[in-house]
Amino acid sequence: MKIAVCVKQVPDSWAEKKMVNGVLDRENVDAVLNDLDEYAVEEALRIAEAHGGNEEGGAHTVTVISMGPERATEAVRKALSMGANDAILVSDSALAGSDALATSAVLAKVIADGGYDLVICGTESTDARMSVVPAMISARLGWAQLTFASKVTVDPAGKVSITRVTEAGVDEISAAFPAVISVVEKINEPRYPSFKGIMAAKKKTIEQKDLAAVGVSVQSAWSQVNDATPRPPRAAGVKVTDEGNGGESLVNFLAEKKLI
Amino acid sequence: MSNVLILADFSGDKATKTTAELATAGARIGAVTAVVLAGTGKGAALAATVNQGPVANVLIIESDDFASHGVAASADALAQVIKDKSPTAVLIASHAFGKEVAARVAVLIESGIITDAVDVAADATATQLVFGGSTTVHSKVSHGVAIITVRPNSVEADFSASSPAVENGTAAVGADAKKATISSSQPPVKGGRPELTEANIVVSGGRGTDGNFAPVEAFADSLGAAVGASRAATDAGWYPHSHQVGQTGKTVSPQLYVACGISGAIQHRAGMQTSKTIVVVNKDPEAPLFDIADFGVVGDLFNVLPKATEGVTARK
Repeated sequence: MKIAVCVKQVPDSWAEKKMVNGVLDRENVDAVLNDLDEYAVEEALRIAEAHGGNEEGGAHTVTVISMGPERATEAVRKALSMGANDAILVSDSALAGSDALATSAVLAKVIADGGYDLVICGTESTDARMSVVPAMISARLGWAQLTFASKVTVDPAGKVSITRVTEAGVDEISAAFPAVISVVEKINEPRYPSFKGIMAAKKKTIEQKDLAAVGVSVQSAWSQVNDATPRPPRAAGVKVTDEGNGGESLVNFLAEKKLI
Repeated sequence: MSNVLILADFSGDKATKTTAELATAGARIGAVTAVVLAGTGKGAALAATVNQGPVANVLIIESDDFASHGVAASADALAQVIKDKSPTAVLIASHAFGKEVAARVAVLIESGIITDAVDVAADATATQLVFGGSTTVHSKVSHGVAIITVRPNSVEADFSASSPAVENGTAAVGADAKKATISSSQPPVKGGRPELTEANIVVSGGRGTDGNFAPVEAFADSLGAAVGASRAATDAGWYPHSHQVGQTGKTVSPQLYVACGISGAIQHRAGMQTSKTIVVVNKDPEAPLFDIADFGVVGDLFNVLPKATEGVTARK
């Protein structure tokens, strides 16, 4: 099987974020591999390992695909240190400020040219939080969409089944290869890169391409930010110390606010 | 006058209050047609529940493909309706299904998309709260039809009764949209508590529960609230991940949010700081969440919550 994992480098989800000129300021924050993509990398590795592994020259490969500035090699390298075989990073100044439609167009082209059987994504990035890119990739490629998976079962002969878990309930869904999968957090416990994995990742290939090399052109974003305003910080209100009547004062507060 | 499509949102066999919220927002832009995607023979009964809010028309599309092929089939049908009706905007509920339908529709009809709007103005400008609610953004789709997903519980809905004109239509589902097949569907397990993102009140527990959510749940039940949890609590396996509030979990914006034993890392604040009223119970007087609390109790949740539960119950 040829498995691709789409990953994104994002500002650390534990850090404060700001907008500058209508786009997220990515320069002045720590950048990391999107938390939710680690589950996708882990799941891809587990699928490969369950069917003989992805060692050099083996039957299965796991390729990391990302779009982002050159600095995104750090996030890609982390996915490689977890055990992915190689990576493709699309960087191009024309992609700055691009929207999900452009991102999905670029990723879909790379995937189409790579001849993969399965594409695995996280459900969303912790910066934009749209949850739309996996569905867009599926629509663009005309591949089966198996998203929000809490469980993935693969028959290497060419069939994949998932358990989809959303607010709407639980669905069992299956499809023939090729398919686009997104996995929810907690589908697995992502491994920490081992020392050996980190050393090995330094020698793995990250193929860097610009849009011309990918062979796709993208339009500018199809939605525009008019303005972005930081909201006034919330002021702290009343704070009491519990001396046996903390619960009661809490109830009084709720009653005053007509919340009960 | 321009026209607007909303994708009617259902829970089981009834329209949700989100449908009325979408209609309310949509009516600011133009006359609202609610699109009802239903199984064969089920459209009329579903459509009859779309009876609140400013809905001018209901368009029923029936196909068994919606149940067997889910998001992709629904998106195919909606995209065709959009091509037929040429609306100014399409409003869809911002949950997993709605966002994914919107995503595919945007690709199919080559239009811009905005997700998680908390409000929509008459010129289809969407308001979003980004970075965990720390920043307000106004944005607009600049190409094609404005595809906007609207977060449930954000728009103040007009629930006045309506009796829209009902028509039936057809829309074919393409072969690519049938490549994934749903073999079984279970509705969400209802624990008797409201859904986290739609609840008016949320009571959450964190590290301070030490794994015992009983007092948090009891207080939530006295208030008719949903139960949430911090990432620390879900990572420890104390509470299901589906209840996690925060940057990597759900974003909630209830009337009242009660955080119990949660220190309040940015991770967590990102998921709850747009709540109307915030109450914090924590042993540690230095817990950062006190800084944004309307009311804080410095104390052990195992002492404070049972008394508060008693107090709420006594007032009923």
